[in-house]
Amino acid sequence: MQHTLVTLVEDKPGTLNRVASLFRRRGFNIESLTVGHTDIPGVSRMTIVMDCDQESAKRLAAYLYKLINVIQVEDLTAKPMVSRDLAMIKVNTSAENRAEIMQYVEIFRAHIIDISNTSIIIEITGDEEKINGFIDVLRPLGIIEMVRTGMVAMARGATSLISNNGKLLNELISA
Amino acid sequence: MLRTGAQIIWETLIREGVEIVFGFPGGNTIPIHDAMLEYPIRHVLGRHEQGITHMADGYARAGQKLGVALATSGPGATNMITGIATAMMDSSPILCITGQVMSRFVGYDAFQETDMTGVTLPITKHNYLVTNTHDIGRVLREAIFIARSGRPGPVLVDITKDAQQASIDWTPDDSPIQLAGYRPHPSPMPDKVEQAIQLINEAKRPVILAGHGVLLSKAMQELRMFAEKAQIPVAVTLLGIGSFPASHPLNLGMMGMHGEAWVNKAIQQADLLLAFGMRFDDRATGTTHTYAPKAKKVHIDIDLTEINKNVKVDIGLVADLKETLQAMLPHLKENNHDEWLSLINEMKGESAVRDIQNLPDNGHLYAAHVINDIWRITNGKALVVTDVGQHQMWTAQYYHHDEPYNLITSGGLGTMGFGLPAAIGAKFACPEKEVWLVAGDGGFQMTQAELSTAAQEGIKVNVAIINNGYLGMVRQWQEFFYDRRYAATPMRGPDFVKIAEAHGLLGIRVTQRSEVEAAVRKAQQTEGTVVIDFRVEKEDAVYPMVPAGASLDNMIRRPIPEASK
Ligand SMILES: Cc1ncc(C[n+]2csc(CCOP(=O)(O)OP(=O)(O)O)c2C)c(N)n1
Ligand SMILES: [Mg+2]
Repeated sequence: MQHTLVTLVEDKPGTLNRVASLFRRRGFNIESLTVGHTDIPGVSRMTIVMDCDQESAKRLAAYLYKLINVIQVEDLTAKPMVSRDLAMIKVNTSAENRAEIMQYVEIFRAHIIDISNTSIIIEITGDEEKINGFIDVLRPLGIIEMVRTGMVAMARGATSLISNNGKLLNELISA
Repeated sequence: MLRTGAQIIWETLIREGVEIVFGFPGGNTIPIHDAMLEYPIRHVLGRHEQGITHMADGYARAGQKLGVALATSGPGATNMITGIATAMMDSSPILCITGQVMSRFVGYDAFQETDMTGVTLPITKHNYLVTNTHDIGRVLREAIFIARSGRPGPVLVDITKDAQQASIDWTPDDSPIQLAGYRPHPSPMPDKVEQAIQLINEAKRPVILAGHGVLLSKAMQELRMFAEKAQIPVAVTLLGIGSFPASHPLNLGMMGMHGEAWVNKAIQQADLLLAFGMRFDDRATGTTHTYAPKAKKVHIDIDLTEINKNVKVDIGLVADLKETLQAMLPHLKENNHDEWLSLINEMKGESAVRDIQNLPDNGHLYAAHVINDIWRITNGKALVVTDVGQHQMWTAQYYHHDEPYNLITSGGLGTMGFGLPAAIGAKFACPEKEVWLVAGDGGFQMTQAELSTAAQEGIKVNVAIINNGYLGMVRQWQEFFYDRRYAATPMRGPDFVKIAEAHGLLGIRVTQRSEVEAAVRKAQQTEGTVVIDFRVEKEDAVYPMVPAGASLDNMIRRPIPEASK
């Protein structure tokens, strides 16, 4: 089952390495990992997506929690959350299929962000499923290249990760 | 105050209470070593950086204080790896300071540059690269705090040479350490304590499993009160030896692969296991599929990743052990587990483990005899350090400790070569104690160069080499599981008496049991380090033995000698 963990980390050299090393060392199989700044200076946020059972997700959270530079961890899997992925897809175009592509872009609420005589780049955001669907539609037209950011996620409602201090620990050890 | 980075290092260490540093210099520690001369610090010059790291470790474990090791970049630093990994596995608080090349060369494969924060990432509790003099004081204080607090462990601080050399205006900082993501001392959760107490009060066949955590949390007194109040027997792990007095009526002895037969049986038959600061290591549990099948399990550990890691438990308490036991004690029911305790006593009776009397009387010298004699002659009061192998297990079995912190051994990593340097470090921490090293002929050779350190420093360690002419523990596995094909285990060692003499130390050879006592007493009376070469039975084995991966009560016992059948 797919698990989504979010974590706040200190923005220090080596932090990403420590987290990545943990996956390797303890044999966790990561599907995607994204990192970026937050509104708090010196604090970054990671979203980790992992295909594993509940037990492994708990173990990963515990190991993350133990890292000195990790401030907070939360498993959003079973919680109300929103998640987004962003993709840029470069597609072959010709005079004949340009209209068709524009139509798809419209339907999927994507954007065209670059255009040349023989190609365009489309940007799309959404959850994974939507993006996968869009890619399937474009594939027959000839995808030249594609890049995806990996998932970012956030719990719904007024809570914030930083205000959850200590909550996860309780969850983790109430086996 | 105008201070160089090197001066800041020493001033910070001294303010943190450091008195001794185990070190070995090189191009990228010259500024640190040079500045040292102005400060009240004892520097012990080892012979190999593995040695100084084990010394710091032995010092930390014996004295329950921070051990500090200092080495240069590149090969000096990489030589520390085994020592760091050893300290990591056994939760030993050491600070390793390494010199690093000039910051402008970092990343350019400069002479003697090794990426030490990268290399030690998985074997340190935390590590730092410092390239700016302004960061030195803060980082060292954080490093020391991290090493000592929570579940202790090694922390490495890699400091570039230019950061050591530069001068800055510096004022010492005594403000509390601020680490946003570090919560070293979780408190026991009341509802968990309550649930645990209920299980304990209802149990009919409870066993306490006391580990290293008892010693690290200094919870010996609480453990004893707990066991006595509820009359619960106590089994110890290898590193838990000394956490509960060996002579206490409730003491069962060591569990696990070479544990006492009745201990393992008691664990397998228990209805409740109370794991106090132990981590269900595979050497302690045997296969977990059949481990203590009837027992509910309560696990108290300060490290949350240990809960449900190796063995699934019913109640996990992530907290300091001492604090947790204190919280539990008032609610603990006074109890007598007479039936259970007498059942265990019966098991003790039928067991052939205490087989020292079963050793054949053929004039040969047996390791068990040697260690038992050392125990007797030292009144069980010595600080005993071991290397790794058969002699280590015999020491655990035949040297009984009533006092805590008197057995130092590499448990988690099982590092051959640990013994001699760790013993030297331990003696520095506890100069008033009589220190004995029990080492194998194989492992002793790995770090025997440190004899030279002991001689130069005038430090007294009594060395008992259990010389069986084999890498005995591996030979034992070959004997049991590989059809006695002794591949790469026969070892012809040097003349250890002459080795001692070459260092200006006393060496004694013992080949018969009748000579043991005189040799041990001679060693005690001699000033300075003494090496005794005990030429023991070559093909003796450690019994009982739970084969790796087997069930805990599936033990190989010592065959009863023909004569006594
Ligand atoms: C550094 C290291 N290398 C290899 C081993 C594997 N090993 C474990 S015990 C042992 C034999 C030790 O022989 P010795 O020191 O003579 O002690 P004995 O078992 O004979 O008492 C070996 C090779 C180890 N634990 N550590
Ligand atoms: Mg040997």
